[in-house]
Amino acid sequence: MKPFVDIHDVTHVYARAEDGLPAVQNLNLKVHEGEFAAIVGPSGCGKSTLMKLATGLQFPVEGTVIVDGKQVGAPVKLAGMAFQNPTMLPWRTTLDNILLPLEIVEPHRSRLRRHKAEYVAKAESLLAQVGLKGQGHKFPWQLSGGMQQRASLCRALIHEPKLLMLDEPFGALDSFTREELWCVMRDLHAAQKVTIILVTHDLREAAFLADRIFCMSARPGRIVAEREVEFPRPRDLEITYTPEFSALVHELRGHIAQARQAA
Amino acid sequence: MKTKNKLALAPWVFTVGFFALWEILCHVLKISSFILPAPSTILWAVWEYRNQLTYHAMHTLWMTLAGFGLAVGFGLLLGMVLGSSRLINAGTYPLLVGFNSIPKVAVVPILVFWFGVGWVPPVMTAFLISFFPIVVNVATGIATVEPEMEDVLRALGASKRDIVFKVGVPRAMPYFFGSLKVAITLAYVGSVIGEQNASNVGIGNLLTRASAAFEVPLVWAALVVLAVLGVIMYAITAYAERSMTGWAQRSQMAA
Repeated sequence: MKPFVDIHDVTHVYARAEDGLPAVQNLNLKVHEGEFAAIVGPSGCGKSTLMKLATGLQFPVEGTVIVDGKQVGAPVKLAGMAFQNPTMLPWRTTLDNILLPLEIVEPHRSRLRRHKAEYVAKAESLLAQVGLKGQGHKFPWQLSGGMQQRASLCRALIHEPKLLMLDEPFGALDSFTREELWCVMRDLHAAQKVTIILVTHDLREAAFLADRIFCMSARPGRIVAEREVEFPRPRDLEITYTPEFSALVHELRGHIAQARQAA
Repeated sequence: MKTKNKLALAPWVFTVGFFALWEILCHVLKISSFILPAPSTILWAVWEYRNQLTYHAMHTLWMTLAGFGLAVGFGLLLGMVLGSSRLINAGTYPLLVGFNSIPKVAVVPILVFWFGVGWVPPVMTAFLISFFPIVVNVATGIATVEPEMEDVLRALGASKRDIVFKVGVPRAMPYFFGSLKVAITLAYVGSVIGEQNASNVGIGNLLTRASAAFEVPLVWAALVVLAVLGVIMYAITAYAERSMTGWAQRSQMAA
């Protein structure tokens, strides 16, 4: 099977980097279509750079990035993104925030005005899936942090992206809300068949959600370990308390500790 | 009395108190009305010259609004350009700052060379003096779009223009309306300066003529009219700000 995202031997140096040190070096990573991949690593290891490379917001200095069979030379247009900060626009209602990508991406952009009702219905159903049924008319600042993050996931998914990039999306939430959102994410992935790349600091989060986990080294970032996660789906939160799960998290922790020491 | 009522009443109490104190001081210290007329004398003069004052005040109001309108249009446009292009921003900033630091009263003679005495110099002065804060504020609002938001949209294939219009401009609106409050007062100063130096009508011109003729009560009456007009225009812009950008003033709405 051909990988959906193929990052091959990529080295990237930001033009602004004062020390000229690469953010990532000889990075290799393959994610298959429909797969849920997680990337873990010490802070400052170039995880965000990887996100930018895969979505075409940055182009590698060396190496190639192939997404969906095409070499990336411009923003990929088929990606949805969510960040630690929900970045909702405060002057739009939650529903209008979710519809924002449709005002950008074709073919929705030219259809939006005439087929508004259809798109609104779709947004409402996404809201219901993340547990925000009927909250669309509220402004984002009337919602709690966890609810804003759910809405931000809806916005990332509204245009049915083939690739969903999540940059520590649950990092700022309390642990109960976080676990709730893990389940939301798990169900969305099962329902939408979208390829997901999740960047996270949280090893339990990676182990619970992902099919495949990549551990990155400290800057300049490389993949130091790749690990498939074999827990059967659908997964229940209970598995996070099993010895196998703890063993996996422990193993990942070992890789990260090594990566930190090497730095 | 509740705090809310007290707050609503406070501006009236303080204003009336201020004028009452002024009146009393004038009488007790027997200040000559040539130096400082009492409020009652000024009010009497306002009534006496009401026709003349209304005529000139309407003219000044027009000059101010015309100049202000130009400043809003031009300021929005230039602000959008400066906010969305770092190159143009860096390139033109010294020019803009240099231009802004010229006292506009010094520009009036040039305006007279160009356009002669009439309605153009006051409008132009009002415009030139008031567009700068609008430009700076709109540009700042647009230039400070969160990078994550920009990434979200760019990854979808959004053009620079999409980002400026969907996120930058709406985001800059609170800054824009904030700057309008500054700009309207400046435009007003500009039109009065213009009228004083290069017009045959308007409160500015009336002030020049009244002071040349030592008609002290008329000078003061004109000043009072200016102050009242200024407060009204400021209040209208402040109201527009509140009603257009309520989302940005959540902390006050909660109170």
